[in-house]
Amino acid sequence: MNAEALIQAVKDRVPQAVESSHAFRGDATVIVRRESILELARTLKDDTAFQMNFLMDLTAVDFSEFGTKPSPAFFASSGVPVRPPEATIPVEDPWPGPPGSWRFVVVYHFFSFALKHRLRVEVPLDEDDAEVDSITSLWGGANWLEREVWDMFGIRFRGHPDLKRILMYDEFDGHPLRKDYPVKKRQPLIGPIN
Amino acid sequence: MSGEAGFFTSRLDEAIGWARKFSIFQYPFVTACCGMEYMATACAHYDVDRFGAGLPRFSPRQADVLFVVGTISHKMAPVLLRIYEQMAEPKWVVAFGVCTCTGGFYDNYATVMGIDTIVPVDIYIPGCPPRPEYVLDGLLKLQAKIENQHETGERSAPEPRPEFSV
Repeated sequence: MNAEALIQAVKDRVPQAVESSHAFRGDATVIVRRESILELARTLKDDTAFQMNFLMDLTAVDFSEFGTKPSPAFFASSGVPVRPPEATIPVEDPWPGPPGSWRFVVVYHFFSFALKHRLRVEVPLDEDDAEVDSITSLWGGANWLEREVWDMFGIRFRGHPDLKRILMYDEFDGHPLRKDYPVKKRQPLIGPIN
Repeated sequence: MSGEAGFFTSRLDEAIGWARKFSIFQYPFVTACCGMEYMATACAHYDVDRFGAGLPRFSPRQADVLFVVGTISHKMAPVLLRIYEQMAEPKWVVAFGVCTCTGGFYDNYATVMGIDTIVPVDIYIPGCPPRPEYVLDGLLKLQAKIENQHETGERSAPEPRPEFSV
């Protein structure tokens, strides 16, 4: 299935789930309400029209400072001039932009080995209630990916069997890929602060 | 002791130092890409065996030089300290690559900004990664340091780390 057909098929099967969608250079994206992610994921996996048997990736994006300023992490100390963020999205690029008032977006990439098609599913989340259903019951590989998203972004996954940190140590305070995590903050386990 | 050493003890120190410097049993603590350059140095073309350092040990208890090769994260830091503590005296530490020397280009929540904040370092080999010639130069400097070390294990205090603020 090509991107447009894939989006249409998703809309036909689970119409209540899809909030919006877009396709860019053959890659389909559907933006989904968070109540429907488990139902949609099950449909994608089990429905013969999709046969998405492979979860390629599961990650998240923090849009809270998107487009407002260049990242201080790399350039502030180096003095390298930074190109300011583009004011407008180019017209030929149909990406609809950041998700409005939502802070986080959890991104799933599904792929079907049988049918060779790929779908990106995005679930926008609010800062106060950053929680979404876990899909570990469908793809076991989601287990560590969801733990990584919890570790880095502090997004909880409802129904995850063992939601704990995976990259950082247990004593670590905060979630380092959140945009409000201070760039200069250090939390060493041993040794002086450096 | 060093000030009042007699003829015999100073000769003994010299002999032990000479013997030790050509019998470096290293423990490669390899965590990142510098490991490739370490392997290149260790293999036949550059051949650290010429300097008596050709036998990496796979237990810190059998080693006397700790090669810290690659970025050390805060999560890894207690492990590195423990490896260092497991080594028997006399022991030396080589910081291999800029990440171990200063943190290198990393300046983030995860990376230790120089292993000398955790363990005392004898030789710093900068480079990202250092060329084998750098490594051999560092190894020769380490040999000189080993040779001059007293039999008692006494050695000059490590250079203090300069204060810096972010």
